[in-house]
Amino acid sequence: MTSTADLTAITRRIRARLVEMSHVAETPHLGSSLSCVDMLVAIYWGFLRIDPTQPLAASRDRFILSKGHAATALYAVLAERGFFDPALLDTYNEDGAALPEHPGLQCVPGVEAATGSLGHGLPLALGMALAARIRGLDYRCIVLMSDGECEEGSVWEAALFAPAQRLDSVVALIDYNKWQATGRSDEIMALAPLAEKWRAFGWDACEVDGHDIDALLSALRQPADGTGRPRVIIAHTVKGKGVSFMEDDNNWHYRIPTADEVRKARKELGQPERAT
Amino acid sequence: MRNAFAASITDLADRDERIVLLSGDIGNRLFDRYRARHPTRFYNCGVAEANMTGMAAGLAIGGLRPFTYTITPFATTRVIEQIRVDICYHNVPVTIVGTGSGLSYASLGPTHHSCEDIGILRCFPNLTILCPADALEVGPAVEASLSVPGPVYIRLGKKGEPAVHATPPRFEIGRGIILREGSDACLLGVGTMTAVALETAGRLDAAGISARVVSMHTAKPLDERLLAECFARYDVVAVVEEHSVIGGFGGAVAEWLAARDPVRGRLVVCGTPDAFISEAGSQQWMRERCGLTAEAIAARICGRIRDIR
Repeated sequence: MTSTADLTAITRRIRARLVEMSHVAETPHLGSSLSCVDMLVAIYWGFLRIDPTQPLAASRDRFILSKGHAATALYAVLAERGFFDPALLDTYNEDGAALPEHPGLQCVPGVEAATGSLGHGLPLALGMALAARIRGLDYRCIVLMSDGECEEGSVWEAALFAPAQRLDSVVALIDYNKWQATGRSDEIMALAPLAEKWRAFGWDACEVDGHDIDALLSALRQPADGTGRPRVIIAHTVKGKGVSFMEDDNNWHYRIPTADEVRKARKELGQPERAT
Repeated sequence: MRNAFAASITDLADRDERIVLLSGDIGNRLFDRYRARHPTRFYNCGVAEANMTGMAAGLAIGGLRPFTYTITPFATTRVIEQIRVDICYHNVPVTIVGTGSGLSYASLGPTHHSCEDIGILRCFPNLTILCPADALEVGPAVEASLSVPGPVYIRLGKKGEPAVHATPPRFEIGRGIILREGSDACLLGVGTMTAVALETAGRLDAAGISARVVSMHTAKPLDERLLAECFARYDVVAVVEEHSVIGGFGGAVAEWLAARDPVRGRLVVCGTPDAFISEAGSQQWMRERCGLTAEAIAARICGRIRDIR
C-alpha cells in the first residue's frame, strides 16, 4: 500500500505536469484539472482493482472521467500509474496525436469512455454496471463528475434509476469546486444543497475534503450499507488547487500559463526546473 | 409491427444471451412473454430516455447487445446527443427501435410524429438505418441488426400495417427487395409507405404505366448498385416515404444522384412537407393532406412521365 506521503508526492508531480501541458499545448481547463488531482490519485492508487499491464481485463474496475475537460489530469494519472509511456504526454494536443483536449475514444490504454459533453458518464457507468450484473462479473464502476455537470438533466435521470435497481456497484464522485465556466455554480443554478439533493434521490451521500487523500480513501473504501443505495462522494475542492495564484480564481478555467508562471508553479509544487 | 418486434426479440433472446431490452415506460403488456422468459435482461427505464440511451451504450461497452425501445421521437430526436456521442462515436452495437414512425401516431399530434428522424440520424457516422416495410420484414431486420458490429436504428410503424410480403423475405442489410417488376417507372418504398407504393403501382397499371416497386428497407448504407440500375433503366424513379422531403431517404438519394454523371431517371420525392401538422386527424387523413396516397402519387408520376416524353 502506497503511503499518504508518497501519494501526496505523486499529486505534486502530476500537478506540475498539468501546468506544463497547458502551457505547451496552449489548452484551457487547467483550474478544473488541478481541482480533481487528489481524487484521481486516491482512486487510481488506493481504490480501483486494476492492472495497468492488463487494461482490458474483464474483471477490472471501470473509471469514467465524466468531466472530460479535465483530460490532462486523467492522461497524467494513467501515465504515472503505468498504463502508457509518460513520453506520450509530450505529444498532448499535437496535430494527429493520440491525446486530444477531451479523452478520445480508446485514445490510450485505461480510457474507458470518450467524454467531453457533460452528463454522459453516469448513464454510461450504470449501463456498464448492469452489464456486470447480467454477466455475473463483480467489477465496480466509478464516475467523476463536476459540480456544473450536475446541472445536466441526464445526471438526474440516472440518479433516479440507479437506486431503483440497487446499483451499489456504482460510486459517483463530484468535484465540487464551486465554479463553472462563467461563474459560481451555486449562483448560476440552485445547486446547493447538493448532498441533500442526492440523498433525496436515494443515494448514500457523504461529503469530504476533496484534497484530503486519507478522507477520500476512507469514503471510497467504506463498505456498502446493504440497502442497495449507490454511494456519491461530494468532494469539496478548490479550483486551481496546488498553485497559489490559481486557487479559487476562475480565470484559470480558460487562462493558459506563461513560461514564467510555469516556473513559479513548479517551484511552489517542489518540482525541479526542467532543462527545457 | 410492434407485435412482430416483441415476438422476434423474445425468440432471439432465447438464443442470444447478450440481448438486453430497455423500454422507456411503454409496451405495457407487449413484452410480457419476453419478461417472463428473460427477467434479468429487461429493464423498464422509466420516462428518462437520455439515461436509457446512455445506459444502452454502457451495456454494449460491457459486452452485451442492448435494444432501446420507445415511441420514435423519444427514442431518437429527444436523445440525439446520447445517440451521437454515447452510441455512434463509441461505435457500439446498440439497436435503437422506434415505434410509431412517420405519421403512425397521427392523432397524437406533432409531439408524437416523427418525420425528421432519418434526416438527422443519417448524418451520424457508424449508424445503420433500417425501415422494415411490413411485419414480415421486422423479424429479419431485428435479427440482421445483431450481425452488425456497430449501432443500428430500426424505424417501425405501430400495428396493423398492410403486408407487402406473403412469406418472410430474404433480408440483407443494404440490399433493397424488388417486390414487383415494371418497365416505365420505379417506386422506392421506405418502411410503411412501401405498401402505398405497391398500391400506386396498381393504379399506374390501369393508366398504362408499368412500375417496379422496391422495398428500400435500408436507408443507410444506400444500396448504390440498385440505385444505379434503377436510374439507368427508368425515366422516373420515385421515393415514397413518411418523412420530410428534407433530409429523408429522398434526400439521401438526391445527394447520391447529384454527385454522379447525368442519368436517365428523374427523381421524384414523395414525402411529408416542411411543416408541422397540428390539426387533429387520422394517419390516412394526414397522408391525404401530404399527397401520400396511391392516387396522388400515381398522378405525380403520370405527370412527370408526360413531361419527359
